[in-house]
Amino acid sequence: MPGLTEYLLLSAVLFTIGLYGALVKRNVVVVLMCVEIMLNAVNIAMVAFSRFVVPVELTGQVFAVFIMTVAAAEVALGLAIILALYAHRGTVDTTNIDLMKF
Amino acid sequence: MVSMIDLDLINPNLLHLAPELSLFIAAFAVIVLDLVARDKRLLAWVSGAGLAIAATLALGLWGERATSFADALIVDELSVFFKLLFLGITFLVVLASQDYVRKFERFQGEYYGLILFACVGMMLVASVGELVSLYIALELQAFSLIALAGFLKDARSAESSVKFLLLSAISTAVMLYGMALLLGATGSTYLTDIAGRTREAFAAGRLADNAPLLLALVFLLVGFGFKIATIPFQMWVPDVYEGAPTPITAYLSVASKAAGFAVLLRVFYAVFGEDTVATDWRMLVAVLAIVSMTVGNVAAIAQQNIKRMLAYSTIAHAGYIMVGLATLTQLGQGSVLFYLVAYSFTNLGAFFAIIAIANRTGSDEIDDFAGMGRQAPFLAFVLGVSLVSLIGLPPTAGFMGKLYVFNAAVQDGLWWLVLAGVLNSVLSAYYYLRPIRVMYLGEPKAATSSLPSLPMRAALAISLGGVILLGILPGGLIDLAASAVRILTA
Repeated sequence: MPGLTEYLLLSAVLFTIGLYGALVKRNVVVVLMCVEIMLNAVNIAMVAFSRFVVPVELTGQVFAVFIMTVAAAEVALGLAIILALYAHRGTVDTTNIDLMKF
Repeated sequence: MVSMIDLDLINPNLLHLAPELSLFIAAFAVIVLDLVARDKRLLAWVSGAGLAIAATLALGLWGERATSFADALIVDELSVFFKLLFLGITFLVVLASQDYVRKFERFQGEYYGLILFACVGMMLVASVGELVSLYIALELQAFSLIALAGFLKDARSAESSVKFLLLSAISTAVMLYGMALLLGATGSTYLTDIAGRTREAFAAGRLADNAPLLLALVFLLVGFGFKIATIPFQMWVPDVYEGAPTPITAYLSVASKAAGFAVLLRVFYAVFGEDTVATDWRMLVAVLAIVSMTVGNVAAIAQQNIKRMLAYSTIAHAGYIMVGLATLTQLGQGSVLFYLVAYSFTNLGAFFAIIAIANRTGSDEIDDFAGMGRQAPFLAFVLGVSLVSLIGLPPTAGFMGKLYVFNAAVQDGLWWLVLAGVLNSVLSAYYYLRPIRVMYLGEPKAATSSLPSLPMRAALAISLGGVILLGILPGGLIDLAASAVRILTA
């Protein structure tokens, strides 16, 4: 049975993959998906810590439920904004979203 | 195991949540009223009334020290101080929005409603004592502001909103990882519990020896640094400020930053306040402060768009305020609060004048402001005084704010930080004075006339009054700020 270390390792790897994708990917929708990977990595860490550090309390699990709920709201908001952007620019590629720069 | 919910344990004292609750109700009332109201100005008045009621209820909590909702909500002078600041800022933004909202005939109810929701989020941020609630409150204000940034639905506004959303989401995810590490290292999400456990952990050694807590601190700093727009988390600021509706830019530049500092003060002094640890992170804050000031000021020099110029200026001001944060003394913490109020009046005055001038010229470019000193003397005067206050010259609020912050830093031995701050202020005079020169010495391009409405003029007058009053008589606010931060080292 995997212990705390294994879960944290999985969480760290997932988080790094998500962060890498969020910083490197060009499609806004894919960036949003990478952020979701990061949030799910956080969820794994939360639940693992809660299970192994304070097993009687469900703090981490409750936190994870809240993160999932807020993430759903975030996606709804994000997709609405991406639609508005697409209506104007005809693209969701971050290299082309450059009306304003230094 | 607790099998039944014990109400006495949770202790839900609604009176402690009354300011937020009343504003929440007002926000819904505005959105519903939008469906039936013919005269849309009514929406602004209802929002204003809701803010006034919330402010009265918040004032009633001054001097009280309590926790309710199972210690998730803290009522003390610090939280009430910030609540009143947020309510004041929001009130001025609602006043100043009335000219601007004519640009969109529909959805005015949602516009005011989202502004109020953002205010509720920020008020909660200033008074939470628990990490889950902190996360929800931060996201409530962030989502409202993101939606507002894209409210114009033109190409620039949508672009600013999408950049805001993505960078906010990434920084929040990093912050959450920090919270997870904090939960793992201490076994709790309550700030008081966490503070107790970290004190034990740090009694043994320095921050650098405790990897989970060090990582947690750095990750939390990413999330909070994004809110206060300090280097290196400032990438979103210029683009979001330029594309967003100008009243929302004004709102973002002061309220969102103040909320970030509220949570920094609360979390960093409570959780990482131990002497051995604080001396470790204060150096980090000091270095970030210097880099923020310098990069913000240097980048602002080249800007042609005044909203973009002020965006870089807010990055520089985040640096000045962090000087107060790096001192770790009551004087320094008080100076942070004073600077935030002074900066709020100043920046709001500048942005409101820009809204009114841009209404006449139809442009945010600095060169198009030529001749405003003659065409619109009052607007040019408000913008001029605000810019002088941003430089930090007497007799304005900005001067007193900088004096107070730098004084606190010198008394704590951070003279090199003050030296950097003063040099930066001199540098900043170069770009702050340019719009003033253009307005008073430039030739008017075309005769335009569009008088700002009465609420707009009121908002301009209040901001101007605040800037000058705090510059001449800062004593009362200094005392208030000092009593508000007393809780931090108690």
